[in-house]
Amino acid sequence: MLENKEYKVIGTRPIRHDGVDKVTGRALYGADFQAAGLLHGRVLRSPHAHAHIISIDTSRAEALPGVKGVVTAKDLPNPGDKIADLGEGAVNLKHLCDNILASDKVLYKGHAVAAVAATNPHIAEEACTLIDVEYEVLPPVLEVRQAMESDAPILHDTIRTTSLGETGDEPSNVASHIQHKLGDPEKGFAEADVIIEREFVTGTVHQGYIEPHNATAHYNADGQLTIWCSTQGAFTVREQVAEILQYPISKIKVVPMEIGGGFGGKISVYIKPVAALLAKKTGKPVKVLMNRADVFEGTGPTPASYIRVKMGATKAGKLTAAQAYLAFEAGAYPGSPVGPGAMCIFAPYNIENVIIDGYDVVVNKPKTAPYRAPGAPNAAFGSETVVDEIAEKLGIDPLEIRLLNAAKEGDRRADGPVHPRIGCIETVEAAKAHPHYTAPNGKKHHGRGVASGYWFNIGLESSVTINVNSDGTINLIEGSTDIGGTRASIAMQAAEVLGIPAESVNPSVVDTNSVGYTAVTGGSRTTYATGYAAYEAAQDVKQQMIARAAKLWEVDAANVQFADGEFSSINGKEEQISFRDLCARLGETGGPIVGSGTVNPGGAGGAYATHVVDVVVDEETGKVDILRYTAVQDAGKAIHPSYVEGQIQGGAVQGIGWALNEEYIYNAEGEMTNASFLDYRMPTCLDLPMIDAVIVEVPNPGHPYGVRGVGEVPIVPPMAAIANAIYDAIGIRMTELPMSPDRLLKAMGKI
Amino acid sequence: MARRSHVQTTLNGETVEFLCEPRQSLLEVLRDELHLTGAKEGCNNGNCGACSVILDGRLVNSCLVLGVETEGKSVETIEGVADPDKLHPIQDAFLENAALQCGICTPGFIMSAKALLDENPNPTEHEVRYWLAGNLCRCTGYDKIVRAVLDAAAAE
Repeated sequence: MLENKEYKVIGTRPIRHDGVDKVTGRALYGADFQAAGLLHGRVLRSPHAHAHIISIDTSRAEALPGVKGVVTAKDLPNPGDKIADLGEGAVNLKHLCDNILASDKVLYKGHAVAAVAATNPHIAEEACTLIDVEYEVLPPVLEVRQAMESDAPILHDTIRTTSLGETGDEPSNVASHIQHKLGDPEKGFAEADVIIEREFVTGTVHQGYIEPHNATAHYNADGQLTIWCSTQGAFTVREQVAEILQYPISKIKVVPMEIGGGFGGKISVYIKPVAALLAKKTGKPVKVLMNRADVFEGTGPTPASYIRVKMGATKAGKLTAAQAYLAFEAGAYPGSPVGPGAMCIFAPYNIENVIIDGYDVVVNKPKTAPYRAPGAPNAAFGSETVVDEIAEKLGIDPLEIRLLNAAKEGDRRADGPVHPRIGCIETVEAAKAHPHYTAPNGKKHHGRGVASGYWFNIGLESSVTINVNSDGTINLIEGSTDIGGTRASIAMQAAEVLGIPAESVNPSVVDTNSVGYTAVTGGSRTTYATGYAAYEAAQDVKQQMIARAAKLWEVDAANVQFADGEFSSINGKEEQISFRDLCARLGETGGPIVGSGTVNPGGAGGAYATHVVDVVVDEETGKVDILRYTAVQDAGKAIHPSYVEGQIQGGAVQGIGWALNEEYIYNAEGEMTNASFLDYRMPTCLDLPMIDAVIVEVPNPGHPYGVRGVGEVPIVPPMAAIANAIYDAIGIRMTELPMSPDRLLKAMGKI
Repeated sequence: MARRSHVQTTLNGETVEFLCEPRQSLLEVLRDELHLTGAKEGCNNGNCGACSVILDGRLVNSCLVLGVETEGKSVETIEGVADPDKLHPIQDAFLENAALQCGICTPGFIMSAKALLDENPNPTEHEVRYWLAGNLCRCTGYDKIVRAVLDAAAAE
């Protein structure tokens, strides 16, 4: 097994390679792209949450001076009812296309209906108001339990519930029902001395990236389509656009610009195909930008959910059985993350008897998109609150009950997989040993809570090439868009192999014509999988360099070794040359060296986190303040600890927002009434203390340096940790998110 | 199209002239007319601070100022913060502290922090948090940003 060992580059904190560009304003993000003759596109969106489109008349818009083209769903090829595999699972192509531009029905307020390209953005906006759309308005369904009722308004006549392999006969809003079962839950509950069953409701929340979606598209006369955009994955943009436009991938080049946050929300395409349609129609490059309201109303939030959790334990604290009912809102089209929620909900524990039912339900809200550990935070809010209540009932310390039942290598997750080496126990132990956990906390209305979380992380394909420069540096070419410092964490892994400083690597994120296939920056996979590809590419370089040294010294390559940045001859000749000096002699030994590495690793290592939080509840206003926050997480191996801490801190704070403030607020007509950063309130720095990020390192045997993904799991524990702290403060169990002042006041009986 | 106005202003110490429509914000003018894209649009209504610039010594959201309002005034943007061969101490502190992830909010934070330190060279942590509350960052949880600003204050 991998041991934690000392490295020269890994574990250090170099300045990120793209840092200077980003602190000087020079880094070019999607909206910063400029081209000669550029037109500006804007999208007309539905004012109704649910309606048939009777007709669309674009003639008045087309007549406005400055307007160069208008498109509607009629400009999209008719996909039929085809299933497309986009590497992220199968997708119904009609649903995918209808979410780009609605053809027959609008399914949420903000649903795109038409788009205009004009000589400036103001004209494009004005033209949108001149498009006449006749709707037949239908009653909306806005909540998952209502949508599951037999008499609920039906969104799609074509959707039948698939349940455990069977397909229903009647149209339904329930797209699918999944179930995981382990052991004998009935027997397990019979063995329990204490059983707690609670229900939970969570609101719709948005990823909240600061950069709105953007896309610029242009067709060359030869049919070559280029799209400049910010995205979590240039190759997935290419695949989705190819499917939606029915256009060959070989004729599409996607150029990833810098990306201003994604968190899962910049994987699905929205306006990229629209920009392409407008570019086709006008023959000019067209830039389409969303505004903030478009982002809230037209792009993937993460689902609201209704959850029931039942858990049983013996007096000694051994969890004997667990049951979960997870009903997730998919939004307008099927595909909520109820699957991952079901995979993660009880994963911090080794429980012999488990049953989990998950429901994917369509409602008249934007189609949900992944958001950091999608599905797991909703689920953990339920399970981690119930575990806390069981611990309280039994008089056992909440971290102690987690240790008593902690999942470890060889235990089976309820959905099937057996855990490889994991760091669940180590993270709970580190939280328990942290001075925060033992600090006094006895003041009135002050409370402390803990919760754990799990995310499985993914591998998927990545490609890296390395070009060796004559001055001892390397140019590293990768396809993973850098959202949080991954140029550095990937470059450092190549540097470690080659015995050179991180600063001697020049990483570049390039377009889809210039690097091998690389899956999205998501699933906490980038430092793991693209880092792995960089490791392999650097190994390739190393082997080629060894052959060059052997040639130089006229020895067999087997007689050349490489250590600490020096090649040396063994078995006889005493020769030595540094990596840098050998780089200067590539010309005379055979020419340039290009190394490559491609991976699709199966050994992604799951990540665990345990958070400790202190809160104070203002009895008069119901406001909850975070006083102290400690987030412990197993990173496997932290390549660049500062950016690992950053992921932990950022994820925890998104969780704090989800716990305390953030939600889509709808009126009866299904209109979001708070589609701005003023009214959809994300945490500001004034709302927060420092976030103490504690890195635990239990190396992942599935990676050469032991890396686990770090990006997602930190958003899993905060909601339950804060709910448990509120209980500790005021003795009330909060079961609805967000735990905003009005809900606190209601729970305290004050309003 | 509305008639465009001629505006003369001082931008990062240099006199510049531009034409803009009365309805164009300073943010639009900077980005679309002058091609200074360091100021970012995150919300276009003054809530996120990604477009922060300093106007006659005062921190403003450039999305809430009209381009024509800058006639005769002085505008400082992120592009003018560093010397040609040397970063500003706030920029260095952001890099040293890893105080950025995606970086889209970074120019706005640096302008806000500069306006703070211009006025109050030795702020407390609370003062930093109060001053920067008009800038949203979704990636970092603010911890490293606040530390960077405190470090920059100590270094200056």
